[in-house]
Amino acid sequence: MASSKVRTSSFSRKVPAAPTSSIPGLKYGPNGTIFLSSGIPDLDKILGGGFHLGSLVMIMEDTEAPHHMLLLRTFMSQGLIHNQPVLYASPSKNPRAFLGTLPATLVSKDDKSLKSDAEQKDLRIAWQYKKYLGENKPPIEERDGKVEYCNEFDLRKPIEKHLIAGNRVECVSLLDCSSLAGIRDSCSKFLSQLPRYDGNITSAGRIAIQSFCAPQCEYYDKEWDMLSFIRSIKSMVRSSNAVAFITFPASLVSPSVSKRWQHLADTLLAVKAIPDEDKELATLLTGYQDMLGLLSIHKVARFNTQVPVILDATTYSMKLQKRRSLVLECLNQAPVDGSSGSSYGTSGGCSSSLNTGGLDF
Amino acid sequence: MNRPASLLDDALSLDGGESNSRRPQKGLVVLVEDCVETSGSFVLHHLIKRFLSSSDSIVLFVAFAQPFSHYDRILRKMGCNLAAQRENKRLLFFDMLMLECPDDGVEGGLIALYGNIQKAVEANSSNKNITIMIDDISLLEVAAKGSTRDVLNFMHYCHTLTTQFGCTIITVLHEDIYSSGDGFTFPLQMEYLADITIKTEPLITGLAADVHGQLTVLNKGTIDGSKSKIHNFHYKIKENSVYCFYPGSVS
Repeated sequence: MASSKVRTSSFSRKVPAAPTSSIPGLKYGPNGTIFLSSGIPDLDKILGGGFHLGSLVMIMEDTEAPHHMLLLRTFMSQGLIHNQPVLYASPSKNPRAFLGTLPATLVSKDDKSLKSDAEQKDLRIAWQYKKYLGENKPPIEERDGKVEYCNEFDLRKPIEKHLIAGNRVECVSLLDCSSLAGIRDSCSKFLSQLPRYDGNITSAGRIAIQSFCAPQCEYYDKEWDMLSFIRSIKSMVRSSNAVAFITFPASLVSPSVSKRWQHLADTLLAVKAIPDEDKELATLLTGYQDMLGLLSIHKVARFNTQVPVILDATTYSMKLQKRRSLVLECLNQAPVDGSSGSSYGTSGGCSSSLNTGGLDF
Repeated sequence: MNRPASLLDDALSLDGGESNSRRPQKGLVVLVEDCVETSGSFVLHHLIKRFLSSSDSIVLFVAFAQPFSHYDRILRKMGCNLAAQRENKRLLFFDMLMLECPDDGVEGGLIALYGNIQKAVEANSSNKNITIMIDDISLLEVAAKGSTRDVLNFMHYCHTLTTQFGCTIITVLHEDIYSSGDGFTFPLQMEYLADITIKTEPLITGLAADVHGQLTVLNKGTIDGSKSKIHNFHYKIKENSVYCFYPGSVS
């Protein structure tokens, strides 16, 4: 895998290092693609750098839990921090109210949070480093130096008001639109305001659509309208420098339509809640108590290349670190208790495959 | 020639001249069936390269899925310059990313598209092999607002070109869309039209870094009258080629 990555980069155009740092919030990837951060450092790492500029990211919601909102919030917050225009559409009456729930960047200033846990040692160093960075940069957008590509977010603190006020944030209620043409128009208007790609990109936009096919929307039963809406969003985004981030309750549409949506997505993720009292799973996984839910990565965008991205694991656990920042961790199989010591060999042998295979429910 | 014989070419009987001194067959319909886990687009890329590398063929590419730049970059890594071929009029690229059939006249949009294809085929039909590639049918269905009947009609019209001008048609269909068992006849109809069906699937054990999936090639043998054959092998996609091998034959 590693060797093939090296090979891919040797084919891609050599990009001078200078522009990488000059564009806040964007990063050059292989094959002439540009990445934009998802707002979750771990997810960026897993996806190989973030979301591709011009890609359609779809999240399959778990209808029983709002975990997709965590991803949506960090995605939007990261955009605001980077001063990127954001279009937000949701099936609520007052979508602008949602902006108040966006998380603020994590500034770790309290030393009491330091843990002596050996496992977290290197993480702590990273945080401390961030702390020093953070000391001279409270208002991030004012610093004209290096802006971090990906911030960590404190999910307990709301984002600073001036970030919402200062940025171009458009809010659209999906309830107001009797047909999808209205939303499509606002999307295309939003995208047309973005500067076109002309060799060097100056800014990128983010479109976030929450619970796209929620039943309270009027177009709910028009499957083909929704499909062609997604298709046109996809092709609009593809030709502009933006990322569309759409969450949808996959179980509410018919299986064949849901499959079509999955095919349309460039990057496909799914969130799943963890039931509180699942004894079987609790014995199987370590750190089960701290898990919020599971994030599965079904598809990683494949731009300008035909080689699929094969991840080490497709299912990750979502955890809140210190009840604040969202981290993704590989699932770890809990150690087998002593009584079954004789089966040590077999359990050790399949532990790696269980990471992915055992949890495909 | 020391070109490594590719199992895929072999299964498609595209290896043409060398083995049994016959030209690549004309008038084939090739259907690529894929699913969410394993995209079948690499088969298209492979075939574009194959067809463009013989000097007397023309490829008509109807793209619903990706913009030109995407294909261009991929094919360039495979050693085939699509932009140059487009200049030479060897590749006719129809960018259908934004095609929207109007609500009232779905038929109209498809008829216009077919008209363009037919015109291009007729203009180039003089002693040239023409290949029509459609990427992909499932998106064509979306563009036609779910009017499967119109899409089928469109495909039947395109099919007439195979007999009339000896065109080869290559299409991609996302097979898992129709596997939920709601009585979809569309994939069956497409399979009926096809002479060769190529199916990509993930391994039952999941995706792996070394084996990206398995291919099942069903060659009905309708063209040369031979018996129908099924080939099954694993593949690994590389930047510049596809490596096909029999299960277990790679250490």
